Amino acid sequence: MKLEQSSLTSREILTPIVSVILALLVGAIFILIVGENPIEAYRVLFSNSLVGMDSIAATLQRATPLIFTGLAVAFAFRCGLFNIGAEGQLYVGAMAAVIVGITFSGLPKVIHLPMAVLAGMAAGGIWASVPGLLKAKLGVHEVINTIMMNFIAYFLTDYLVTGPFHGGRWTPETARILPTAELSRLLPPSRLNTGIIIAIAAIIIVYIFLWRTRLGYEIRAVGFNPTAAEYGGISISRNMIMAMVFSGALASLAGVEQILGVHGRFIQRFSPDLGFMGIAVALLGKNHPVGVFFAAVLFGALRTGAAAMDRLTDVPRELVVIIQALIIMFVAAEELTRRLMQRRRRA
Amino acid sequence: MWDYLVYFVNATVLAAALRMATPLILTSMGGIFAERSGVINIGLEGMMLVGAFTGMLTSYFTGQPWLGLIGALLAGALMGLVHAVASVTYKVNQVVSGTAINIFAGGVTVFLLRWIFDVAGTSPAVSRLPVVTIPLINRIPLIGPIFGTHNIMVYMALIIVVLVHIFLFRTVWGLRLRSVGEHPKAADTVGINVFLTRYLAVIVSGAMAGLGGAYLSIAHLSRFGDQMTAGRGFIALAAMIFGKWTPFGALGASLLFGFANAVQMRLQELGIPSQFVQMVPYILTMVALAGFIGRATPPKAIGKPYEKE
Repeated sequence: MKLEQSSLTSREILTPIVSVILALLVGAIFILIVGENPIEAYRVLFSNSLVGMDSIAATLQRATPLIFTGLAVAFAFRCGLFNIGAEGQLYVGAMAAVIVGITFSGLPKVIHLPMAVLAGMAAGGIWASVPGLLKAKLGVHEVINTIMMNFIAYFLTDYLVTGPFHGGRWTPETARILPTAELSRLLPPSRLNTGIIIAIAAIIIVYIFLWRTRLGYEIRAVGFNPTAAEYGGISISRNMIMAMVFSGALASLAGVEQILGVHGRFIQRFSPDLGFMGIAVALLGKNHPVGVFFAAVLFGALRTGAAAMDRLTDVPRELVVIIQALIIMFVAAEELTRRLMQRRRRA
Repeated sequence: MWDYLVYFVNATVLAAALRMATPLILTSMGGIFAERSGVINIGLEGMMLVGAFTGMLTSYFTGQPWLGLIGALLAGALMGLVHAVASVTYKVNQVVSGTAINIFAGGVTVFLLRWIFDVAGTSPAVSRLPVVTIPLINRIPLIGPIFGTHNIMVYMALIIVVLVHIFLFRTVWGLRLRSVGEHPKAADTVGINVFLTRYLAVIVSGAMAGLGGAYLSIAHLSRFGDQMTAGRGFIALAAMIFGKWTPFGALGASLLFGFANAVQMRLQELGIPSQFVQMVPYILTMVALAGFIGRATPPKAIGKPYEKE
């Protein structure tokens, strides 16, 4: 990959496709183990996630937070940073958004909603700036610090949702946000909401930022070759901190969308590993905003179809979690897929 | 003041701290093996979970918790093998591979639990490893109530720490393993097989994490529950870092984190939210990494796949 290149090469598109096929094939073994027909199980899975308006809406709804976390991981990765703290960043972002969402009454929606969203982004950005700073100033590897900060975020939000902001009766959840802070539903009965529009806007903004602005160029230059970038007068530490802040802000939007658009309140540990799945989405999407979109839709479809498959066949829904893990492994093992593709070409 | 101290530091709390530290001790030894050979293992959490599940499953079908222990060890080793194949042979980013293993473990254990037992959440009860009383130590005042009576795995963990220390710092194999993690090229030049060393280290790492998981399902408790490791693999990782990648350091950190866990209920009574106590291990680890309390420096070649020229 070259520094200037903003579109994906054919091999960069082919590797993920081969990886998905491989993962589905290995997944088929698990389906056979439980004594079901893989073709039938996959038919149920995909026909209930990709066919019909309700299914597509549900798939897009599940894809929305994954677009944000996928973009977050991809963005940091473009600067050579591995942000595995998206999970924590989305929790603090969600908490900040919900606090604004329940506290400020009497505001018009045009002010209240953006305020809640921005509060979430700010919280996520600040949270992510800590590992960014530690990396830039002290050279501490961001991976460990982002992992540690995930747990700190879990416990911090656990405390806030059961303590000062507890609003449920028996359940660990906050009060409901005011209607003026809600992301409106687009296609009821699905929970698809205007968060998808923010997600698509984020894809476009990230693309333009990374490939059409000076700041974006600097971030990519640091990720591409930090030594060369520094010779060229680009500050490594400034760009690393900035990349983490933007990455954290993007990740937080996943939490913001879940709270303001889906649950309407902060529920303790609401995220089904959305942050970690963002790593898979970014990898599968080759760290490209457009790739992230398609990868997120695929993962959204898997999650949506899993519920139907669980209901209509004997295959537990956790099959799709296994498939997602396999996708990560296969996509990351580029050498493996490359060899497989070469073998086929030779044969 | 003295009363307060006794309330927090007494035999009951310290014995509980030791029990809570045990899975961390075992798993952090696994972390040391992998990372000392130059391979990051953030898949410890998933390896533990698979170990906990397999330990329960084997104990359930055979009625023999000792076989469960072996099953957990082998299952963990298998997960280690996967991590080794991915990160050593196929040069998958080690953090990515570890993440994939964690996600896989979370999925496959629930998948199998639901398929085999048709339950969601918790497995049936299985027989577990015995609680033993050490005859003489048992009688010593102060020490006795803390160390005298525990599940046999608690003692195993302590013995393993000593063995890992001897292995790493007193044997030629340990020296080779460390040299591979510090300077693989130099190790290769003097005839050490870098790939084989890393494979073995990561497999052992998985086996240890498997034992750590087994402690939860067939020693401390006698059943498996969804996601029952609950982040302990990551705390073990933190203990390894806080203990500066040494067995006794990781033991100390595990005991400290276990102690924090054991006193959190009592601190809650004083109005200190338990969540803040639970944050302590992670905050301490970040502080240690940043160099504020005796800088923790990882092995030099960590995270870099080795390319033979």
